[in-house]
Amino acid sequence: MMFRTLLLATAGSLVSTAAFAACEYENEIPISSLSAGFEAWYAVTDAMAECGNFEAELDQEFRTKQPTGFAADPSLYHIGGVANGTLVPLLNDGTIRPLNDLVEQYGEQLTPNQLISIDGDIMAIAMMVNTQHLMYRQDIFDELGLEVPTTYDEMLETAAAIQEAGVVDYPVGGTYRTGWNLAEEFVNMYLGFGGSLFNDDKTPSINNENGVAALEMMQALTEYMDPEYLGSDSTYVQQQFQQGDIAMAVLWASRAGAMDDPAESQVVEMVTMAAAPSAVEGGAPASTVWWDGIVIAENISDEEAAAAFQVAMEGMDAEMVQAHNDAAIWLIDGYEPNRLSEGAIANLMGGTPAYPASTEMGLMHTALGDNLSDFLIGAESAEQALADAEEAYLTAARESGLVQ
Amino acid sequence: MKRSTFFAFVAPSVVLMLVFMAAPLVSVFIQSFYLTQNVFEEVTVETCTPGFPNPVCTEEIQSRRVLDDNGDPVTETSFVGWETYRILLQPEAVGEALSSGGGGLAAILDIDFYKALRFTVTFTLITLPLVIVVGLLIALAVNNAVRSLRGPVIFVSLLPFIITPVIGALAIRWMFVGDGILTAAMEGIFNEDIAVFAHGWAYEVLMMFYRVWHVAPFAFVIFYAGLQTVNQDTLESAIVDGASRFERLRYVIIPHLMPLVIFIALIHLMDAYRAFDEVIGFRSEAHRITLQWLTFNFLTPDDSGNRAISRASAASMLTMLGIVILLIPLLRRTWRDHRGS
Repeated sequence: MMFRTLLLATAGSLVSTAAFAACEYENEIPISSLSAGFEAWYAVTDAMAECGNFEAELDQEFRTKQPTGFAADPSLYHIGGVANGTLVPLLNDGTIRPLNDLVEQYGEQLTPNQLISIDGDIMAIAMMVNTQHLMYRQDIFDELGLEVPTTYDEMLETAAAIQEAGVVDYPVGGTYRTGWNLAEEFVNMYLGFGGSLFNDDKTPSINNENGVAALEMMQALTEYMDPEYLGSDSTYVQQQFQQGDIAMAVLWASRAGAMDDPAESQVVEMVTMAAAPSAVEGGAPASTVWWDGIVIAENISDEEAAAAFQVAMEGMDAEMVQAHNDAAIWLIDGYEPNRLSEGAIANLMGGTPAYPASTEMGLMHTALGDNLSDFLIGAESAEQALADAEEAYLTAARESGLVQ
Repeated sequence: MKRSTFFAFVAPSVVLMLVFMAAPLVSVFIQSFYLTQNVFEEVTVETCTPGFPNPVCTEEIQSRRVLDDNGDPVTETSFVGWETYRILLQPEAVGEALSSGGGGLAAILDIDFYKALRFTVTFTLITLPLVIVVGLLIALAVNNAVRSLRGPVIFVSLLPFIITPVIGALAIRWMFVGDGILTAAMEGIFNEDIAVFAHGWAYEVLMMFYRVWHVAPFAFVIFYAGLQTVNQDTLESAIVDGASRFERLRYVIIPHLMPLVIFIALIHLMDAYRAFDEVIGFRSEAHRITLQWLTFNFLTPDDSGNRAISRASAASMLTMLGIVILLIPLLRRTWRDHRGS
């Protein structure tokens, strides 16, 4: 990560000494940001760096670094890249500022869809939506005459057919890495089966037939995956696709652009996007919708906040989107949907629910990530794994004061 | 040495140890008995998020942390006694598992703490003799090597010790993960698809191999220094008495090196019980965890930004207790030898 930061900083300074071709003004106040490290963030932070005096840190571990970084006074970062889940701890700690005045002053380019408001306070500016949808190898499906699966049961049948044909190492890829990724897969599947995660008093309610069904479906899918799936995160699955090792996966929309990157990918224009399969016949795609965007720290001066916001607006303008149209499903004006965004749009049209971000959901997500792998490696039953996750959630929720 | 000179020399390290070791230790000990909780309030808020084509605004009841006048979250700290230790050790669950009709050992090992303890202890006790034996073998080999070769051989044997632990672990992981170079080679030889990291035992074996590979050079350096001080007269008289090479090793060299063996064992027990880098480097969280990793996991903020400070404190206290228990036999032996001499 340091290396990337260095590179970016160097790139930034190079650009700033060369010419401010893409940025309309020269930024005088040093601004820094911390965000996730996928393609869209590279595009946005590169565009921000064009204004000069800007340093970006792109780190997939941002969600553990952000709360403490922003709680410092003065804050270690001015701009934070967040998603709906990672916004919660910052909101909870009161370490980010309302942006209403800044939006009024500098945000004429923003569409209403980009304004994330809570009780009328604009707390974040969204730039893109992200969702896990089906990606599949068109060439393999054509060759074997396979239909695009619309339910997970069909996906299993399709996987079996691909396995039979033996055209790839593993028919299916999945972001099943123990921890955050695995929990996300479970949440998608569980909501797809129609379960609700909590009772009204915030006690957990996952140890039920929907929970078991979700886990069993996940296990059935792992039969067709690289057996090392518990270490496989988004980047790993993306690489499996790029190297032609897998034929289909439910993967983040933000990774779609990488499939067509000729520098990395051996499957350029062979991967087609579709809605995530449903868990039950006729249900909504078993996935969740996320947004990614920026927040501005509370513990910085108003001048710094204004400078940071302006830099962020430069990074999130139509010019950037036109240059990086395929990097994400942008919410920014100027975005042209194309074949790579078909899956995400199908997900949204199909009624995929938003990820239910909240304080209790954060605790639940962590508890799920720590406990579900025991079932997948066969160490315990689905019921036991779910009971363990409920227990871990309750312990954490009691400790944090959320549940008495 | 005059007493005042002695104190003048020792004082800086004593002060540093008090500030950086004793004080944090006491602080962690105290924290393990307290619990700091947030204060939540339920508020109905209208949240607007992106939708197509227009934003979606929903009213919902959310739990939000109460902020004080400065905008900082309000917290309440209370004394909870052994409660945190109880949550970690789950004595009721252990009792239930051991009772008739309980799940037995498997049910106990399902509890994170015991799972970590099981692996940490196995890891420590299996790597200990291996480190000592491998270290001694390298030392003997180098000691018997031609003088002109000794320099290069020492250099090469020390290399694993110089490599940053996490990097070493990552390097081994990359050789085996997916179609890593060694996995690919094995697939070529056996002509079947191999997934090394789909098995818990594979992690266990590789993590131990890595630790021995990494630490053996340390044992080697100590033993090699020790070998230079073996009494040559005794060795020669052993040869005169007709002792074979093995007998010389068994009855002359090893007794001479015994204090060093104890020293290496002490250091290794302390280090191996705190195993952590391996879990991170090998990404073994799903299959094998260690006590230090457990503490780390408690300290990592969850997705709501909470850290389980109390549980982390209790876990590190228990880790320390474990090290002390492991060291007792060795320390008693050293104490006896000390008194004996």
